[in-house]
Amino acid sequence: MGANLLVENASALIEGTLLTLALVCTALPLAGLLAVPLTIGLGSRSRLIRGPVRAYLAFFRGSPLIAQLFLVYYGAGQFRPTLELLGVWWVFRDAFPCAVLTFALNSAAYTTVLVRGAINAVPKGQIEAARALGLPSGRIARHVVLPQAARLAFPGYGNEVVLMIKASALATVITLFDLMGTLRLIYSKTFDLTIFVWGALIYILLIGTFRTVANLIEQRLFCWPKV
Amino acid sequence: MTDLLSLLSWGGGGWGRLLFQGLLVTLGVAAMALPIGLVGGLLLALGERSDRMTLRWFCRLWKTAFQAIPELLTLFVLYLGIAKAISGLAKLVGVAQGWTPSPMVVGALALGLVFASFAAEVWRAALDGVGRGQSDGARSIGLSKVQALRLVILPQALQLALPGLGNLWVILLKDTALVSILAVPDLMRQINLAVASTREPFLFYLVACFIYIALTTVSERLLRLATARQRSGWVAALTERG
Repeated sequence: MGANLLVENASALIEGTLLTLALVCTALPLAGLLAVPLTIGLGSRSRLIRGPVRAYLAFFRGSPLIAQLFLVYYGAGQFRPTLELLGVWWVFRDAFPCAVLTFALNSAAYTTVLVRGAINAVPKGQIEAARALGLPSGRIARHVVLPQAARLAFPGYGNEVVLMIKASALATVITLFDLMGTLRLIYSKTFDLTIFVWGALIYILLIGTFRTVANLIEQRLFCWPKV
Repeated sequence: MTDLLSLLSWGGGGWGRLLFQGLLVTLGVAAMALPIGLVGGLLLALGERSDRMTLRWFCRLWKTAFQAIPELLTLFVLYLGIAKAISGLAKLVGVAQGWTPSPMVVGALALGLVFASFAAEVWRAALDGVGRGQSDGARSIGLSKVQALRLVILPQALQLALPGLGNLWVILLKDTALVSILAVPDLMRQINLAVASTREPFLFYLVACFIYIALTTVSERLLRLATARQRSGWVAALTERG
């Protein structure tokens, strides 16, 4: 009986899974892009730059993602004329771009803290040695600091991706039929709880697959000895 | 502007009182989930170092599953599953059903189980950090296994685990907002009701974010204080900057 349920709803489940993947695969690169200026800003010597960045991080890391999602999706409607004037209303009109934007803003905050921490954890001696060799600071950053920081940040970033996959289930509260939304829809038609078990297995499978791939990449990319 | 602020006032048409009640429910859910998570996590961590292979595998599987499944899904399955089990049981015994589980309790249970799955990692690292010599020593002076754990290992492990568990507590505080989906009258739910009645989503969701930020910030401060105290006693902790 359980397998029947799976077969009957296969196409809906596949569509839901694809939407979940679409959310994650659009939000993560966007978050990565946003994290670059934020990371640089967080390391800035000027308080005028560091202050706003800190406030951004405190806001997005300190409040629940579901509240942020509602804030962007429902809150933006109040500023419709302004947003239309700016030509960005299309982002806030539909649930999908709204969800992607919120996830990206949220994930960017966590990624920034992670990457900044990794950069700060690169031993100072490395930078001093590079300077003693006469490398200009741009090349020190590119060839000495960033490769080592990348290795330090990689496992943490893997966790961040997993959290993003899980968090994407929240998109269902702003009317999107991602995997979670599809599961709720199927349940409301069949009242069969096993659909949630199948759904849980799909999530576990997605995350398990990602973990395996991430481990392979980590072994390949960072096979050089630790300092 | 004053109109907007009056929406947040305590009495007369303001939502202040209801938001405060919601905040108490939020804290209640977190406070119920915490012991489940702490004890559950410790049991999982201990189970993972058991001599019995089946127990080890069971704990590992349990942990991985709850870590990977979205909190929202855990919440739904548990709520609907428990409701179904109760009505099934009632039918079996022949009692007229009419009792549904409290969404607040089920919500706290679900969040507690998720907390436990992550706390298991923290406990495991902390138990590893205490070192073999401590348990060998405790056993050799005649303490039983349980006594050694309670009197020697755990006090030391708790110290190592505190920062990690503190992070999980902050995450838990934010995750409690999810129980609003089950119509638990927590802060997030009250905010949603306020939005529905006033049509001021931006104001209220922003207020929600700031209240949660206040909660997490206070928690982080207290945890930092507690960690410092562990190292050097209260006086030093209170005089230390930060």
